[in-house]
Amino acid sequence: MPIDFPILNFQAIAPELVVVVAAFVVMFMELFVDDKRILGYISLVGLTMAAILNFSLMASFAPPTFQTMLISDGYSLILNLIFIIAAALSILISLSYLSDRELQHGEYYALLLFATVGMMLMGAATDLIIVFMGLEIMSIALYILAAFNRQQLGSGEAGMKYFVLGAFASAFFLYGVALVYGATGSTNLQEIGSWFSADRGNLGDPIALVGLSLLLVGFSFKIAAVPFQWWTPDVYHGAPTSVTAFMSVGAKAAGFASLMRVLMISFGDAFTVDWQLAVAVLAVITMTGGNIAALAQKDVKRMLAYSSIAHAGYILVGVVPGTMNGVQGVLFYLLSYTFMNIGAFAVITVLERRSQVGSAIQDYAGLASRSPLLALAMLLFMVSLTGIPPFIGFWGKLYVFRAAVEANMSWLAVAGMINSAISAFYYLGIVVQMYMRPVATAEDGDVAPALKLSAPVVVTLVVTVIVTVIFGIWPTPLVDLTSLAVFG
Amino acid sequence: MILSLLIIIPIAGAIVIAFVPRDQDNMIKWLAVATTALALLVSLPLYFGFADGVSGYQFEEIRPWIPALNINYHVGIDGLSLFLVLLTTFLTLISVISSWTAITDGLKEYMACMLLLEAAVIGVFISLDLFLFYLFWEASLIPMALLIGKWGGSRRIYAAVKFIIYTMAGSTLMLVAALVLYVNGGTSDLPTLVSTLSLSQNLQIILFFAFALAFSVKVPLFPLHTWLPTAHVEAPTAGSIMLAGVLLKMGTYSYLRFAIPLFPDAVAYWTPLLVTLAIIGILYGALVALVQDDVKKLVAYSSVAHMGFIVLGTFSGGQQGMSGAVLQMINHGLSTGMLFFMVGVLYEQRHTRLFSEYGGIWVKVPVFGTYFLLAVFSSVGLPGLNGFVGEFVILLGTFKVNPIAAALGTFGIVLAAWYLLTATRKVMMGPFNEANRNLKDMNMREAGIAFVLILFCFIIGLFPNLLFDKINPATAELAEMISATTLIAGQ
Repeated sequence: MPIDFPILNFQAIAPELVVVVAAFVVMFMELFVDDKRILGYISLVGLTMAAILNFSLMASFAPPTFQTMLISDGYSLILNLIFIIAAALSILISLSYLSDRELQHGEYYALLLFATVGMMLMGAATDLIIVFMGLEIMSIALYILAAFNRQQLGSGEAGMKYFVLGAFASAFFLYGVALVYGATGSTNLQEIGSWFSADRGNLGDPIALVGLSLLLVGFSFKIAAVPFQWWTPDVYHGAPTSVTAFMSVGAKAAGFASLMRVLMISFGDAFTVDWQLAVAVLAVITMTGGNIAALAQKDVKRMLAYSSIAHAGYILVGVVPGTMNGVQGVLFYLLSYTFMNIGAFAVITVLERRSQVGSAIQDYAGLASRSPLLALAMLLFMVSLTGIPPFIGFWGKLYVFRAAVEANMSWLAVAGMINSAISAFYYLGIVVQMYMRPVATAEDGDVAPALKLSAPVVVTLVVTVIVTVIFGIWPTPLVDLTSLAVFG
Repeated sequence: MILSLLIIIPIAGAIVIAFVPRDQDNMIKWLAVATTALALLVSLPLYFGFADGVSGYQFEEIRPWIPALNINYHVGIDGLSLFLVLLTTFLTLISVISSWTAITDGLKEYMACMLLLEAAVIGVFISLDLFLFYLFWEASLIPMALLIGKWGGSRRIYAAVKFIIYTMAGSTLMLVAALVLYVNGGTSDLPTLVSTLSLSQNLQIILFFAFALAFSVKVPLFPLHTWLPTAHVEAPTAGSIMLAGVLLKMGTYSYLRFAIPLFPDAVAYWTPLLVTLAIIGILYGALVALVQDDVKKLVAYSSVAHMGFIVLGTFSGGQQGMSGAVLQMINHGLSTGMLFFMVGVLYEQRHTRLFSEYGGIWVKVPVFGTYFLLAVFSSVGLPGLNGFVGEFVILLGTFKVNPIAAALGTFGIVLAAWYLLTATRKVMMGPFNEANRNLKDMNMREAGIAFVLILFCFIIGLFPNLLFDKINPATAELAEMISATTLIAGQ
């Protein structure tokens, strides 16, 4: 009896497969390797191979595969690139960070790679089931990573909090999937879209709309949009800094990745008719809430946690119009945010004290005279995060705000710009510390710890600084890259 | 290519300085001087190669920048920007030389900031693309804020943060307005937008406001001026020279370059408000300057008053007023720059700027006294010096359109003479204050700077047509744009 095998296009998920294999290699090698840092380098090799494969796939996009569960299109490939870069840079800053705190275990790298796979699946998913699978693969790995610093109470708290609230969010999301399936009879994004466009009356279908709202809740949790942000400051603050860097960039990008695909493919009209204004309001309260809370912070790590909420708000501005220009703007923003934010966290890892969680702002006083180059790097990241040209962060904002203006929602851009001005206050507060205040001395009672820069951190800083500056002056290559991002 | 070089040279200089070892102070200084001198030399052909009597842009360059978004690198100058570019290259060199002995700590960063600031300011004056302009506009913030905040006085951090927050808050709406223009016109190219875009008057009024707010903070127009005195008082001498000399001009220049040609229909709507604020600024700045006990603060408030004149000429004087405004931007850069420099010479020796600490020092420092008096004369508008021509032409133009405004402005000139001459009396004349017995007169370097500055004041005062011949075609075109729309509105 012949058996019909479904057509499986493994080529389409080659980058994901490579990362999975790398993760297994890391777990296996863990048994034999004494210096666990080697596992980090193995992970980097795996990620590099995945990136190369990813680039080669950009030449030709595959149609939906695995029975329309997944797709390898311009959109998912650009996102893969973001996830791979985020993972690689995070591993680079992990190497010395973990050794310094005696946390060097092989599982760390394996979990980080698994989380990356989850993110990549979320970007490539064309079916709500796969979205959920990717979400869980990513989340569970991140729960453990957040709690990785077992000795610190804060880290355990971070993991627990993230897990409990994350589980709730997943439940909301899953219930939303169920309702959408009940209303439309499918979990396939394309088919849901066809159901909505088949009949104008379907746009107002209450079950489908409640389902959509629950999906939005799930995504809002992952991207840390107000009012679903409560976990963010504690988790970002308590988790090991290298993990925070990865979460703040990767998990956010993954959330936006599926959010935009779901909204654009499945809910196109239903979104613009019923939900556009709600998401616009969500964007404004997210950026405002994040910024105002960040103003009050005395701890740099916590401040960046709140500021990442604000950035979710700016990025949402690009989601609201529901146009391809908006989508590409969001991808540009996420790409730029990956570099400047991980760069900033890399600086934090250098200044963070071994014995405590977080990084007091006083420790940055006089950094410009202690280490001019480190201070200069931090200055560039802070200025770029504020959105001041000629740095890469400016173009991200310009790109998403343009989409809002095109959609006749200039007020959103105005809100975004006002918030940028507010954010200048706390970002430049660090610049003030570094450049304008003297180094704390023993007489002040508290001497900042000696600076220790390891080679991988230097590499991270060099890469992120170069990207922040060069593509700030000449953003054309990144603009061209993100313009490849189309839905297959 | 000259214009691009003017941006590239200072940046390259800053990068080179970044690689010089920290203890090589002299090498850093000479590199900075060489860079700024080279920029000045490169900028001179702009004057000699500039075609008189022609409107439109010269030395233009267009290169694709972000083709996918239709954003180009487009630079060029006309009569409005020519002299501001020259003023910038000139004053940066002066600033670098003037900080020869004043800066000891972090010299490397200081000079790098100076050079980056020069590049950003020149970029503002030559950009003909909205986003390119915005890029340089914002980029000028960081080096200036660092100059104030790192090398400034005791309240330097407060002053630096205030400077940044004011300027950033002011320019938030400008980027959105630029995006609206870009989305409506499909391009961010200024000449193309000016010639092709036709927006409704209401939209023009809103967008004009968005742009003018950013410019007015920079000028600064009353009541947005409060950042200026703090910034000036705290900034190091060279920072003040750059701030008053060229940074404030970014605001007044941008009215003429962007706000008026892009939104000619909105000018009539906003003119009454802007003129009123300018007049208040002239009188208020002068009155506040009268009661200062700190020389530098006095000069700072006199800046508020003088910049008010420039805004007055821009909006109420027709073509004549605009030409006068452009000239007065240069004048103010030279004379106020010189005043700040003179105050800096005193401060470097005595570390105080209070009137009560000085008095009767002319006998001790005659060279200084002479130059100080000349700078004051230039600032109050004594005939034969530059300030006279600028203010006279502005008031002449304003009188034809708005006699009351002209009368009030004239009163401001009287006040200027009052407070500046009072300042001279308090510092230079009267009984000798013994605290100054060790005061040294200007050395060759300082006297040289003062001489060059005052030389240009005389040249402009005696031969203003050297400038007007190049300025007038550009302002004539602007005046035509406005009057064309008022005629249509009047029908």
